[in-house]
Amino acid sequence: MTNKKPATKQELEYQQLVSERAPKSKVLAQCVKAFLSGGLICCIGQLFRDFARLCLHLGETDVASFTAIVMVFLGAMLTGVGVYDRIGSWAGAGSVVPITGFANSIVSPAMEFRPEGFVLGLGAKLFSIAGPVLVYGIGASIVVGLVSLLF
Amino acid sequence: MRNKCIGRRTVAFACPPRILAGETVVSKIEGEGPLGKFFDTVLEDDTWGEKTWELAERKMFEHVVRAALEKANLSPGEVDILLGGDLLNQIISANFAARELGIPFIGLYGACSTMAESLLLGAMLMDGGFASCVACAASSHFCTAERQYRMPLEMGTQAIPTAQRTVTGAGCTLLADDTLIAKAQYQAVYVTHGVIGRVVDLGVKDAANMGAAMAPAAADTFVTHLRETSQTAESYDIVVTGDLGRLGGELFQELCKKENVDVAERHVDCGNIIFAPDQNVNCGGSGCACSAVTLNGYLLKRLEAGDFRRMFFMATGALMSTTSGMQGESIPGVAHGLVIERR
Repeated sequence: MTNKKPATKQELEYQQLVSERAPKSKVLAQCVKAFLSGGLICCIGQLFRDFARLCLHLGETDVASFTAIVMVFLGAMLTGVGVYDRIGSWAGAGSVVPITGFANSIVSPAMEFRPEGFVLGLGAKLFSIAGPVLVYGIGASIVVGLVSLLF
Repeated sequence: MRNKCIGRRTVAFACPPRILAGETVVSKIEGEGPLGKFFDTVLEDDTWGEKTWELAERKMFEHVVRAALEKANLSPGEVDILLGGDLLNQIISANFAARELGIPFIGLYGACSTMAESLLLGAMLMDGGFASCVACAASSHFCTAERQYRMPLEMGTQAIPTAQRTVTGAGCTLLADDTLIAKAQYQAVYVTHGVIGRVVDLGVKDAANMGAAMAPAAADTFVTHLRETSQTAESYDIVVTGDLGRLGGELFQELCKKENVDVAERHVDCGNIIFAPDQNVNCGGSGCACSAVTLNGYLLKRLEAGDFRRMFFMATGALMSTTSGMQGESIPGVAHGLVIERR
């Protein structure tokens, strides 16, 4: 795809030097943080789930919808008041993977591109981050659906 | 006729232009950094009362030019040429500020090398006899750069350890010859030589590691200059790079060492000194404003005060775009150099 010739010896040596010197991400510590924060978010989700089931006496499908709606709302609200990015800088994948992270990925471009107008700014950029997730998520579910239909 | 060159890339000015004044504006976080007290204006709010960050950056660009002129007791009509640029697509900050200023304008894009690029061209235009007063300016804004190059600000992602923070601010340097009657902030600071950068690319592809992408260009410019002028690193009291950051700065020293130039003792990187390590900026500062405000706010003052006499100043630029990055291209770097002396 690129127009470049194969890497020269000088380039390879330099890239080696760069990777030796570059400060590394603390993978293990990050995994622990992600586990704790992601787990905490899921526990909060579970609380709302139990609340819907035990207090509101909703059916199984409604319980799932209720929990998703509440968690998306929380993610969106925390993004709106400028807290979610701070949680994210500590939690990493822990706050990206749960459904609150999905809300964050939609609300943050909406806020960012509002000055460019409602249609070509907010509207067009709303799914600029979540878009690929939707495309391949829906794509994969079609494939899985076809497979389960056939076998 | 090529009578002002030493070697292929070093230009020596017959009548070195004088640096008349420098002006800076930065946002709060730079104001809280180690150089905070040297900046002329520190903003409390990074939108500066404007509706968008782009408008704020434009306002900073216009402000530094006007304020620098005020320092020198000049009006925009007395400046022959305005040179400058920024990081945004089609350099809108510089272009729109120039619309308000009305000074004959040449827009430049050299990514973060813009401050050195504008000074180099400004000095050449003056020594060529095409101007007796030139304003050179550059700006960048953390929020406008983030939304153009990276993710929305409120997106909860983690910073990468090699990443650098774009400096919010603008800097302007006024160059003048001795025929111009003006009030000078600096009495005896001159630009004596310039070095035109070469685009160097050693195949670094990581847009979160621009210091490493630009370090080879800086080393190339500095080492070439020393060879062309038969000097050693000791000929300079201080060697400044624009925004290589902690990692890039280290790599620059290493690359120079490989060419038998030991620069470690006298090397200072603007991206390294503009923020303190505890300001949560990973590898330091970057952006056009990083070198622009450090030069105009801090380095020129130290030069005038006599803390050092000869400075080699480079600003480094990473010349990629989001498109080239997504298409898998590596990041080309450039570094323009200037010799700034107190006489």
